[in-house]
Amino acid sequence: MQISRSIYMRRAVFSVVASLIGVVFALPLVWFIFAPFNARAELGLAIPSPFTLSNFVTVFQNSFAMHALLNSLIQAFGGVILVGGAATLAAYALSRSSIPGKGAVTYILLLFSSVVSGSAAMVPIFLIISAIGLIDTHLAVILVFAGGLLPTAMFILRDFIDAIPRSYEESAMVAGASPIQAFFDVALPVIRPGIVVVVVWAFVNIWGSFLIPFILLRKDTLMPASVAIYSFYSEAGTPIVTLLAAYSLIYSLPVIVLYLFVNWKFGFRFFGGIKS
Amino acid sequence: MKKFSLLSTRAGAVFVAPAAALVGVFVIIPFFWVIVVSFTNKTLLGRTAIDPDFVGLQNYFTLFNPATFFARGQFGFSLILTVQFVLFSALIGQALLGLILAWLSQSVSPTLKNFLQTAVIAAWILPEVVIGFAWFAFLDYDNGTLNMIMRGLGLPPADLLLQQPFWVIVVFNTWRGAAFSMMLFNSAFQSIPPSYFQAADVAGASSWQKLRDIALPLIRGHVVTDLILITMWTFNVFTPFLLTSGGPSYRTELLSIYTYRVAFKDFEFGRGAAVGVIIMLINLAFALVYLQIAKKKKAEAE
Repeated sequence: MQISRSIYMRRAVFSVVASLIGVVFALPLVWFIFAPFNARAELGLAIPSPFTLSNFVTVFQNSFAMHALLNSLIQAFGGVILVGGAATLAAYALSRSSIPGKGAVTYILLLFSSVVSGSAAMVPIFLIISAIGLIDTHLAVILVFAGGLLPTAMFILRDFIDAIPRSYEESAMVAGASPIQAFFDVALPVIRPGIVVVVVWAFVNIWGSFLIPFILLRKDTLMPASVAIYSFYSEAGTPIVTLLAAYSLIYSLPVIVLYLFVNWKFGFRFFGGIKS
Repeated sequence: MKKFSLLSTRAGAVFVAPAAALVGVFVIIPFFWVIVVSFTNKTLLGRTAIDPDFVGLQNYFTLFNPATFFARGQFGFSLILTVQFVLFSALIGQALLGLILAWLSQSVSPTLKNFLQTAVIAAWILPEVVIGFAWFAFLDYDNGTLNMIMRGLGLPPADLLLQQPFWVIVVFNTWRGAAFSMMLFNSAFQSIPPSYFQAADVAGASSWQKLRDIALPLIRGHVVTDLILITMWTFNVFTPFLLTSGGPSYRTELLSIYTYRVAFKDFEFGRGAAVGVIIMLINLAFALVYLQIAKKKKAEAE
């Protein structure tokens, strides 16, 4: 049949094109699959012989590198707790209470959060953090991220809470629960998937970011992994490739794991400010 | 009957307070503060660090000084470079590639689709410093994977970071960000009833005809959303700094990197703030358009 043959041809052409694009996309990352396991890794692509974990041993023995990962964890967890907590409370209030001007608040928050971006805000954020006296503290990074990520987080969660029937809490309150109890015992468990999404999103954002800790932190002992990674260069400025490769893989691991988790649990979609 | 609210206004205010405080101090106050600072000669060190003078529009005059405006390493050069960067890497690169990727994904086998989407999404989710280093290794003149392939094909190797730095960051940013457009168009295509395409198949329409005559008109709203969002993000992106540091000789110094250099390398906060204000004004224009469209869409949906 004519039609089915042309459809078959089209499929074949599409498959070839798709494979090619996929390979081109993967190319810059292929190096990362091999280099961490190669004790003599250079910038060139080479199959390690033998496969070895010695680069990882070196990283684990490097206390500065490990401490930087700990710093990343502190900053990411701190930020995530603030964003998750404050966004849940605020989104719930915006959805369920009758505060005047709710629509306007949401609008203004979204507007400001997209206007005051990293590149426009680096000067005033540095100034405000200096003025409060928080330069060179974990708290500075945590607070700045919390402020920056909150509007989008609230927006995602508000959409989520709006979709939950009010009758859940209403029936609890008819049964004698206080509004606060209705929130903690009835609403919160139902909202939990939305909070998980927001928390994962915030974590990945803070964990991977470079600019904010780069301008707010000076002390080596506070550097998160994203900034500390630049210390794996020799005095001459050439990268110590074996270390960098292994460290990059360790540092990327949480992001990969979270992606797989979200993909498995919810199917990977995007939410919120980016929702179409 | 009045719809009774589940949370009293007072309790609601308490719930909103922590978020309001954080956003107020770290988003809204900086917005106004940067405007104030842009009218001063504040520096990081020295007398003007503590006690800056009010200099009116001096910083803006310096930025727009016609004598130096277009010179490399000056504001105008960065601004034009950034506009070109947005045009090529976001509007043409990411959006078009994302559209092609989403369209291809519709009609290839699930295995291939998974491979394709995983590769594209990996480029998007991995931390930016890791990506920066991966590309540094990929483009290395002596050993990099790219030149290895070039030599294998009998082509001359190239030191692209030195020879074509601008096009390197354009391709880099296209590669890095295509996932978002792809996913947005994926979900847009899925919202089209399959029967539309089946009818076109029966009529013998080609894939291009289906895309042009059925899919694109139906997802026009998604396309506009995508273009505005990726424009805003690309306009503010700092990641190319991790690959080129703005060099060689300012040839990849986007506005975000220019701001960083002026404020944190040259320590001229006043001038850096003035650049920040201009970036915010441009962001504001895009954000207003975006929110307007989003609002209209929501109203239509209700």
